[in-house]
Amino acid sequence: MSSGTTKLDVTVADVVPVNELVTRFHFRPTSGGLLPTFSGGAHVVVEMREEGKAPRLNPYSLMSSPLDTTEYTISVRRDDAGRGGSLFMHNRVKPGDRMVVSYPVNLFSLDLRAKKHLMIAGGIGITPFVAQTAQLAAEGGNFELHYACRTAALFTYGDLLRERYGKRVHLYHDDRGEKIALDRLLTSQPLGTHLYVCGPAPMIDWVRGRAAALGWPTENVHFEHFSAPQPGKPFDVTLALSGKTIRVGEQQSLLEAIEAAGVDPPYLCRGGVCGQCETNVVSHDGTFLHNDHWLSDEDRASGRKIMPCVSRFEGKSLVLER
Amino acid sequence: MGIQFRKETFRDDFSFRNSPEHIRRFPFPFHEDSYMYAVNIEPHRPGPKGSVLEHPFDVDEHYVSEMEDRALVLAEDPLRCQSLPHMTLAGWDLLELIMTSKAESYPEHFSLTRDGDNWHWINRPLNIDQTFVFGDTTTLPYGPMEYITRQAQGDYCILDQRDNNLWMDAGIVTTQADWSLDFDIGMNFFEWHAPVPLAHEMGIFQRALKFLLNVQQGQPARRLNWTMTINPRLDTSPENYHKWGPDRTTVTPENVGQKVHLRVELQTFWRLPRSNALVFPIRCYLIKMDELVTSEKWAKRLHRVIRDLPEELATYKGLTRYRPTLVEWLSKYDDGGVTSPGFGPD
Amino acid sequence: MPIEPTIKSRPVYGTLSPQKGTEHLLIADAEGAQAILDLAKAAPEGFFSAAEIVFIPRATGDRYVAALKGLTPARFYEGPSIAAALPRLRQTLATAHVGLRVYLAGTEGLMGQAMQVALEAGIDHSSIQTEHRGSLARRVQCVHCKGITEDVTTQPVTCAHCGLTLFVRDHYSRRLAAFQGVCINAEDRSEQVPVEEAFP
Repeated sequence: MSSGTTKLDVTVADVVPVNELVTRFHFRPTSGGLLPTFSGGAHVVVEMREEGKAPRLNPYSLMSSPLDTTEYTISVRRDDAGRGGSLFMHNRVKPGDRMVVSYPVNLFSLDLRAKKHLMIAGGIGITPFVAQTAQLAAEGGNFELHYACRTAALFTYGDLLRERYGKRVHLYHDDRGEKIALDRLLTSQPLGTHLYVCGPAPMIDWVRGRAAALGWPTENVHFEHFSAPQPGKPFDVTLALSGKTIRVGEQQSLLEAIEAAGVDPPYLCRGGVCGQCETNVVSHDGTFLHNDHWLSDEDRASGRKIMPCVSRFEGKSLVLER
Repeated sequence: MGIQFRKETFRDDFSFRNSPEHIRRFPFPFHEDSYMYAVNIEPHRPGPKGSVLEHPFDVDEHYVSEMEDRALVLAEDPLRCQSLPHMTLAGWDLLELIMTSKAESYPEHFSLTRDGDNWHWINRPLNIDQTFVFGDTTTLPYGPMEYITRQAQGDYCILDQRDNNLWMDAGIVTTQADWSLDFDIGMNFFEWHAPVPLAHEMGIFQRALKFLLNVQQGQPARRLNWTMTINPRLDTSPENYHKWGPDRTTVTPENVGQKVHLRVELQTFWRLPRSNALVFPIRCYLIKMDELVTSEKWAKRLHRVIRDLPEELATYKGLTRYRPTLVEWLSKYDDGGVTSPGFGPD
Repeated sequence: MPIEPTIKSRPVYGTLSPQKGTEHLLIADAEGAQAILDLAKAAPEGFFSAAEIVFIPRATGDRYVAALKGLTPARFYEGPSIAAALPRLRQTLATAHVGLRVYLAGTEGLMGQAMQVALEAGIDHSSIQTEHRGSLARRVQCVHCKGITEDVTTQPVTCAHCGLTLFVRDHYSRRLAAFQGVCINAEDRSEQVPVEEAFP
């Protein structure tokens, strides 16, 4: 089957600054009509094209209601230290622009068997929950959202969610010393509750760690890492199957560099989660910078696998089976 | 001009048959003169005009009669259609998929008008005219999955995706090759395939699951499977095995051509948008040996496949009792000549 | 006799071990009691003060009861049959919280039926600890009439409901807590199949 996902041609319908760090983008189908239906938790891969530069493809969670497919909306947090994807969105994208996004893919799906959905969000990790709560509310689903943020000014959609769902939404301001009473929360849930967490890596680790210690089965704990590819030192790679040698630029991911050379590995998430672009290492002399959440510790120790969407390399030589 | 629907039966007097045009479009499953399992999954792209692959959901001359047979099976045994409580949303997804697809493929037979959540569905072959509210189960006579699959040929299994596996949590199964939905509902991919011999050891299911978990919206996939059935009986369920099992003892050299049928399943796989579940339609096509041998190539090839089939597979497919009689009968159509590559009848 | 993993739907069982959790529910019948006593040797301090033991002695009579009580669980229940214990079990689970861990030991019939109740309460089957002890007798669902025959030890077996002669497959349904029974001589009912002791 072809690599990646099916594409959608969309037009930017609106660009809305939400706060000093976050901007929301609205996409409508360029040809009119409705966009494909999606499920809460799904993301799309947004293609960012600039003349003279290799295209960047970043995943963003859909945060509009799955019940309304006249448009897709995403919220992008500006990352001044990142590879420029978020800066491109913030600085370059204007209403009326035509863009290409992928079909929705859901790697952070609700478990619909749940008798209750307990959601914990940190910062921009709120976006998939905006869509999921809309979906659940429409079906009379039982959910509770606990959302932590640094300051009131950065509380993206906090007021909106409070307005929509009232007491089912709990907000915690770090700068006011408010903290999620996690152990109390985790020990008071009825059987059949599923736990979802999305936010910065330390938060995810904290929640998963406490859940495990308090007897939550792994099947009931769902999490989404927001890991965008990080910039790094340029490095050279030989693609053994296609007989090409390529250079991965400072602001480029290894996957993007492979694609720029005309080789198309399969992908879905471009965030180190789905496992689709897993690539065998033929030989290497140097150090891997693994940034994915897919490979096992054994895979990493073996030095024979890499996830090119988020991981990098430093050293003398790297030969991949691509 | 639309499809001319045949009035026929799949039980009692077994009046089912294929018209000559339908014989030519039969999805013959063997592309070479032997058969072994493979992960033979490919994208479900539209096939040639007139073929069973022309449209996403094929409707053929047996449609009306098959739906009557389904209604009879469900009246006898309501356990053939079950949906675990969390699968209702997926049922709506399926209803939307089938209604929009059929209305687009066969506008002379089906139409769908949507005004927000207020839908109007017309199924002319079955004389159905239904207005309902999408998402509101009280506005349909059955649950959404049962409602639409009483109007769609083939069995349907809806698979919930979680914990890196697929779980058979809903389905309607009345034209099956000897497996029980009532028993298998709730099982994961490896569990419901557990009774299949050899394939587990070959790693077939691990590879197939990995593929299916990544089937994306807008990118359906398909594969063919096959077995054989005595008499054109759609409902060869384990529930009724003690009723149809004796048919297998009735095959004689004189009646092979009319009694023995090749049974082909066109299986497709679709990601459902709201539920993120996967729907797995299993569409059954039957062809009598007398019909099949009207293609010299198919006759030769089927002879060789059945003759050389590994014993475990023959047993699993229930051929053991009549295989020698069938092979002897087919051998008359096999001059040992070379067959052309591909599935087609020549 | 260890249970061999024959086909992928045939359950295989492990050895009970203490799990992290806020409460512990241990359910056993007959020789399954010994699995709980063995688990106790590895249990951390305070484990049984947050534990409930549900025990169906069956043919073992008083053999294990004192020893189980000696573990001083927070709650101890001794019942006359699996069926009699299930309503209590349902109620316990209806008011329980995530963090409750379930441990099952003994016959496949006991483990299957207790797991069935746990699944209905929203516990994922893979988070449940199991250990087989004692008889290999099976619960069998007749695929034809849907009736369940308990404590099947022979192959084939006569369906207790419709009377068909059933071949007992290894194909197992967690939802039904039963193995599948299929008419063994459906194609030719005059065939006589010898009955053998298969699940002692």
